[in-house]
Amino acid sequence: MHKIETKEINLHYGNFHALKGINLVAKENTVTALIGPSGCGKSTYLRLFNRMNDLIDNVEISGQVLVDGEDIYGRRVQVDDLRKKVGMVFQKPNPFPKSIYENVAYGLRVNGINDKKFIEERVVSSLQQAALWEEVKDKLNKSAFELSGGQQQRLCIARALAVQPSVLLMDEPASALDPLSTSKIEELIHTLKKDYTIIIVTHNMQQAGRVSDYTAFFYMGTLVEFNETKIIFTNPKNTQTQNYITGRFG
Amino acid sequence: MTHLESELQQLKDNLVEMWTLVKNQLSKAKEALVTEDKDLAREVISLEKRVNSFELSIDKDSENIFALFSPVAVDLRLVLAVIKINNNLERQGDCAKGIAKFVIDIDSSFDKNLLAVTRIIDMFDENIVMLTELIEAFEQEDGIIARKTFKRDEFLDIINDESTSILADYIRNNPDSAEQALQILSIIRKLERAGDHSKNIAEEIIFYAEAKILKHKV
Repeated sequence: MHKIETKEINLHYGNFHALKGINLVAKENTVTALIGPSGCGKSTYLRLFNRMNDLIDNVEISGQVLVDGEDIYGRRVQVDDLRKKVGMVFQKPNPFPKSIYENVAYGLRVNGINDKKFIEERVVSSLQQAALWEEVKDKLNKSAFELSGGQQQRLCIARALAVQPSVLLMDEPASALDPLSTSKIEELIHTLKKDYTIIIVTHNMQQAGRVSDYTAFFYMGTLVEFNETKIIFTNPKNTQTQNYITGRFG
Repeated sequence: MTHLESELQQLKDNLVEMWTLVKNQLSKAKEALVTEDKDLAREVISLEKRVNSFELSIDKDSENIFALFSPVAVDLRLVLAVIKINNNLERQGDCAKGIAKFVIDIDSSFDKNLLAVTRIIDMFDENIVMLTELIEAFEQEDGIIARKTFKRDEFLDIINDESTSILADYIRNNPDSAEQALQILSIIRKLERAGDHSKNIAEEIIFYAEAKILKHKV
């Protein structure tokens, strides 16, 4: 059983056919990069896995989206529970207007956890996992907005990790960051995959090459090619894929 | 260690493993020649398969690193050097294999005096020392150690140059052993070529460590 699987996914925004018959799998503890030109459906596809598309009007989805073998669009699925299991990090860091500590603790409190010691331990471990602990351990009660952009993004990752997801969705997590922060985020992804299954949308093909094990190339709503990243970047099977990754279009 | 650093370290480790294998091939080829041990010679030939396998996998790994990481500066020089060192090591493995084949094919014993006067054993020893020093130079990123190879290669060239007249005299005096003498000459040529490959490897190490290009200058 794969960690994540989609079967014949079709998605319409009204009359617009945004995703066309997508069949894709992601193995546990791997990083899968979704690449393709703007508007090709990468972020739409990513948002399937935590049902963020539910928040958009006139969306119709057919097919199956499976996480750990369960169809997450089934009637019995609680979306709140799903979003604990499937965490998300967005392009622009979006810390809450709270302290660093409370940003990470928030998800636990909202889920009814009140044990102070438990929360503290989880906050520390999440910040450690996000490679941020050493930089913030002496100022946990400071506002999250006092952190740099790269630190805020790692705080958002810690926040997602605090509720112990098994899948992390990342929508261009480093595109708003400087090169050094980007490098830290990429190294963090490499470390996190030992414990999580990660799907990342990126416009930066070199980043896809550096961080991912598998790459899916999307074009106009279609999955053109999916393979091990090293094969996509050394010998793609599809001419369109080759044209995209060599910069001939897109 | 970053992801790229660990990939580069793995590449270096694999190259050094291949390097050690080639050194072993040459050591065993020398011993096989001196002791006329055909089984040992066959062992040298079977090692060749592993050397070839390493060559393919190191080339592939280098290609992947270029494609996935776009290395620059010293990392770029390292991968470029690894590709060329890889190629030179494989050729040295071919030299050892070629020598081993002579040992297997020969019907009679090599004249020990002929081995001594042509200094063929010195050539083997010099090649093995060169490879040992070059491994150290590569691992330490040390151009000074790498440069020792150039003098050693000159020594091999001298022995090679002298061997023609030595063997010509030998053939004149021992016409029945002409075939053996020619085989010895072939082995000397192979060892001289192996030395040239080590010289190439030294140049690549200097390029990697110091960003200097010595090709066609030394």
